[in-house]
Amino acid sequence: MDLKPLYYEMLRIRRVEERIATLYAEQQMRCPVHLSIGQEAVAAGAAAALQGGDQVMSGHRSHAHYLAKGGSLRAMLAEIYGKATGCCGGKGGSMHLVDLAAGFMGAVPIVGSTIPIAVGLAFGAQLQGTSRVTLAFFGEGATEEGVFHESINFASLKKLPVVFVCENNFYSVYSPLAVRQPSHREVFKQAIGHGVESHQADGNEVADVLRLTGAAVEKARSGGGPTFIEFQTYRWREHCGPGYDNDIGYRTPEEYEQWKARCPLDRTRRQLLATGTGTAELEAMEARIELEITEAVAFVKASPFPPRESAAQPLFAAHS
Amino acid sequence: MNRVRKYHEALLEAADLCLARDPKVYLMGLGVPDPKSIFGTTLGLQQKHGAQRVLDMPTSENGMTGVALGSAIAGMRPILTHQRLDFALLAMDQMVNQAAKWHYMFGGQMRVPLVIRMILGRGWGQGPQHSQSLHAWFAHVPGLKVVMPVTPHDAKGLLIASVEDDNPVLFLEHRWLHNITGHVPEGHYTVPIGPARIARSGKDVTLVATSYMVLEALRAAELLTAEGIEAEVIDLRTISPLDADAINQSVGRTGRLVVADLGTKSFGISGEIIARVVETQLAALKAPPGRVSPPDHPTPTSPALANNYYPRAAHIVAAVRWQFGRPVDEASLLVDNATWLDVPDKCFTGPF
Repeated sequence: MDLKPLYYEMLRIRRVEERIATLYAEQQMRCPVHLSIGQEAVAAGAAAALQGGDQVMSGHRSHAHYLAKGGSLRAMLAEIYGKATGCCGGKGGSMHLVDLAAGFMGAVPIVGSTIPIAVGLAFGAQLQGTSRVTLAFFGEGATEEGVFHESINFASLKKLPVVFVCENNFYSVYSPLAVRQPSHREVFKQAIGHGVESHQADGNEVADVLRLTGAAVEKARSGGGPTFIEFQTYRWREHCGPGYDNDIGYRTPEEYEQWKARCPLDRTRRQLLATGTGTAELEAMEARIELEITEAVAFVKASPFPPRESAAQPLFAAHS
Repeated sequence: MNRVRKYHEALLEAADLCLARDPKVYLMGLGVPDPKSIFGTTLGLQQKHGAQRVLDMPTSENGMTGVALGSAIAGMRPILTHQRLDFALLAMDQMVNQAAKWHYMFGGQMRVPLVIRMILGRGWGQGPQHSQSLHAWFAHVPGLKVVMPVTPHDAKGLLIASVEDDNPVLFLEHRWLHNITGHVPEGHYTVPIGPARIARSGKDVTLVATSYMVLEALRAAELLTAEGIEAEVIDLRTISPLDADAINQSVGRTGRLVVADLGTKSFGISGEIIARVVETQLAALKAPPGRVSPPDHPTPTSPALANNYYPRAAHIVAAVRWQFGRPVDEASLLVDNATWLDVPDKCFTGPF
């Protein structure tokens, strides 16, 4: 497995999120942002398992998924800045990313709500007889929503070409998993009750993410039906916003430090260095990413806001 | 030539035709292929069009609405049915947060050609959770179209128009309309979403009605003729987008307005219609507009309690009489338990 492109994508996501966090203080990004720092390996590994024509949906913390699937960085940042050049023309913001050309079919901040829609994409693919696979990203909190169970039941019933990727970061906002789900039943076991193959893995090990997701995608494409994968990971920054929220006391410093020590980028970087990649090459990656982000930010800042009269449209689609 | 069909047959024809014309159309709902076939409206369609395109579904209203939405953005044109509107309330997230906004919030890049049929129950003990008329809720949500056809002709034409529309359309059928008869043209035709229909012309008062209440308004108009009052009856057909022009033009001629709606009185369609008229036709009004609606409490189940829950033609007549300053005997509107008003006609055998 070539770790370099996976590392590059994780690094790119990390640097984009860090730039958002830095620029947020300028108060020009006037919408909530949910940063993916610490969780990059799930996005990078899972997206790498997909083909170009495959599709993805996500939730409120979707920057990483969007970027990993090939969504335009410029269009994402412009959307966060509320600019006309944004991926939704300013109608969505950070919580409503979309890039149809890249197969990123949408993200919404109602927990669990894109799961049935992703299953519907897969149902559409099955009805149309295409080999397209749909992947749904969601957090462990979404498995507490009724609609998750409705959706996975239907996917299991129809053997739909869909992969359920559950990013378990152990918190729903500030509510820990222990107050939300029974400790004697692990998250991934819920899917087994729906007759769906289910796995649990380290979500900070990008190679594992790619391997497991790749097998699930292959199975889905060949008519084998859905798979559920729980990837355990951790959000470093605050639930919503650019900073840190450890000071408010909902998680311990020890827990936080333990997870930081399991940084998905550091691990992969060490593996790359140990297998012959030079530091110069890694530095070149940093430089390339820095340039891409700097250019994107300049583009976004120079972009116009959408015209006032565009607010009312497009409410309805004109007849095609 | 008159081609007389029942309302439920008109719906069946429309679905059959849409399935035959466009391979992207599919139809699903709990009970769609069962022997009762959604009151006959989907009868035989699975045998004709296959189990992949005409299918039953899990009892998962919210999830399956999302599935329908996802398949719609993938290029399909789903028709989703609910045997009662009340069941569809489980899908409010997918209808209101998602389907209504999907086109807008992603900047117009995706289309959601989705039809959701809902049946409004009434009578024979349908009670608090099988008979709600919540079209005003749905109409309040920008991005949803809401239609309520009354005649078999419009049922077929509006269902075809809804399926051919590239947006989410909520198609609301009153259970008491399923067995009414009327002229239904053969083959493909559409009734456009939006325009209201003048069901009866008149010069003295405008009666705007929704769904089944159109039939009560037409009965009221007949009764009013005996009193020398010619009522114009407007069948709204589409709730949203509202055909305010048709209402305003009519009230401009008659100077009087009574709205007869299926929904409970407060915060409903009748208030919206009166507001539209007051905003633009205040000078034309010869009397304060009137509202005829069920009272602001849930539908009771007992026939003894339901008897006086639903307004009838007599209530509409009373509202009009009041506008003309004529006496209204409120007590005469009350029904005793010698007569049950919980069935649409004598032929009705229940249990639905």
